[in-house]
Amino acid sequence: MTIQQLRGERVIRQKCEVLSARKYGAYHSLTLVAPEIAETGRPGQFVQVGVPDGRDFLLRRPFSIHQASRRGGWSGTLEFVLVGKGPGTNWLTDVRAHDMLDVIGPLGKPFLYPRDLTNCLLIGGGYGAAPLYFLAEELRARGKRVDMILGAKEQDRVFKPVEGKRLAVAISITTEDGSLGDRGTVMDVLPAMVSRCRTEVVYACGPNPMLRAVAEYCVGNHIPCQVAVEEMMGCGVGVCWTCAVPVIRRDGRGWDNLRACVDGPVFTGSRVWWEKWLGSVTGPVLTPPHGFQLDEAGVRSDG
Amino acid sequence: MADGRVTLGVDLNGIRFPTPVLGASGCFGSGQELAEMIDIRRVGGIITKSVTLKPVKGLPTPRMAETPSGMLNAIGLQNPGVEGFVERDGPWIERVGVPVIVSIAGKSVNEFQRVAARVEGMRGVVAIEANISCPNVERRNLVFACDPKSAAEVVSAISRVSTIPVFAKLTPDVTDIAEVARACVKAGAHGLSLINTLLGLAIDVETFRPALGAVTGGLSGPAIRPVAVRAVYQVARALPDVPIIGMGGIRSGRDAAEFLLAGAWAVAVGTANFFNPHATIEVAQGLGELLASKGMRSPADLRGRMVTEEPVEELAARGG
Repeated sequence: MTIQQLRGERVIRQKCEVLSARKYGAYHSLTLVAPEIAETGRPGQFVQVGVPDGRDFLLRRPFSIHQASRRGGWSGTLEFVLVGKGPGTNWLTDVRAHDMLDVIGPLGKPFLYPRDLTNCLLIGGGYGAAPLYFLAEELRARGKRVDMILGAKEQDRVFKPVEGKRLAVAISITTEDGSLGDRGTVMDVLPAMVSRCRTEVVYACGPNPMLRAVAEYCVGNHIPCQVAVEEMMGCGVGVCWTCAVPVIRRDGRGWDNLRACVDGPVFTGSRVWWEKWLGSVTGPVLTPPHGFQLDEAGVRSDG
Repeated sequence: MADGRVTLGVDLNGIRFPTPVLGASGCFGSGQELAEMIDIRRVGGIITKSVTLKPVKGLPTPRMAETPSGMLNAIGLQNPGVEGFVERDGPWIERVGVPVIVSIAGKSVNEFQRVAARVEGMRGVVAIEANISCPNVERRNLVFACDPKSAAEVVSAISRVSTIPVFAKLTPDVTDIAEVARACVKAGAHGLSLINTLLGLAIDVETFRPALGAVTGGLSGPAIRPVAVRAVYQVARALPDVPIIGMGGIRSGRDAAEFLLAGAWAVAVGTANFFNPHATIEVAQGLGELLASKGMRSPADLRGRMVTEEPVEELAARGG
């Protein structure tokens, strides 16, 4: 069955040719010819890639947009990053130039840009850093200062550190084994970076426990923080209700299971009810804490 | 349409659908999300995600686990409650231009009845589907469709307050699904939706933990299609005049045809929407092409037309 280019109001499904398949350390990257998705895609949004027929797994795989190029030699292309971990992604590591992929996007809510605040710290864990370079460019284009922390287990899992150095005023790299940058995690260098860079806004993308630690630090230090979360998805378009994330209501009175795919994946870090979602570190699940700073000055939180 | 001679419309004893391919409950929302991607008016009908009396937050994650040719889900009937549903989806349902069946769920006969009373007058709603077979409930005795008497009580209570037809959605996780179907029809069901997911379990052998937060969940997708076709076949033979909407693992026109051959009057596409948002439209297209290739004019021409060498009673008597 041929998939024509089918266009609705907002979300596009396109059969896309792979322009190039590359490797960055432990990660694979695919660049697609996807002019319509690239035209509207924003940092923090993702695409759903269909798996080929004739396999015993069926569901699309979500990948956050690493780069959506609207200008220049790469105009109309879209790049995403993956790591082969299981049958659903292993086949994608074998995809080559000129292969065709069935792609739906752009999906989800993007990162919001600060209106008044200037100093932005972008924190990426592993290949969770993928959307942050796109975000860094958009922030720089709006006159913002961009600093970065990249963390990973080991050197070849630090995603594009050279690119980070190009985009950030200050950058700090951590690896758990000390093979690149400081030995430790992003949390070990976060306080020093915040004071050195006079950070006013934090963006984070990476493993959920890292996001939780970053968000909790930011709540404690009254820094507005947006996180792009990971939760298993069925459809990616809001109909299956698989990717539920407990989020505290804006008025602090109660919470809702929101869909990471359409209500997220970007959430205000202080509003995610981490204990409920990822489990309590100390004991039973607590009721939503009160006194959260919900609408931080200078950052639109109408997402 | 594939062929000018084929008319895809079907009539389920008075309820008409422009195509026999509907979006299945829980896999289609109320159509609003998918309408951003697909031409919603080419869908045969929409069966909405189940709604209960009060809002339900649903189960903890992980809510889904992929399994061979299918998936397990344990969402736990998350929904905004019937008032929230009417407010948020009512205007959409009124103007969508596609027949809508509202799926309702509840923990008691009384809850089903109250939800039915609230939705039965909604404009654009042509029928109620009583979800008496969701496996993701706290207690097994809340799966009313496991017991003919409980199933009949729910259907009867809904029928007493509803001016629109009621379809009972049944589970194949029973000894005799035809017996449950008979009880529902006797209690006033206009038709039957077959089948809901099957109760399943997947375990991670590295961590020894269940793949789902709720431990067990409902299995759907192509993996369950033969079970669904069998259920449709058994019920259609017992109740040949009762409309059946068949569902379970349909992703192509040929899959849909299989359900019609077993005795379904229409079908619904569920899990396939998750990986192919155009599935309902493409299934209808494929079915039209298949009908045309067989020189048939209507989906009704396929209904119950499975052919066996000997009468099925004799095959069954031999243990076939």
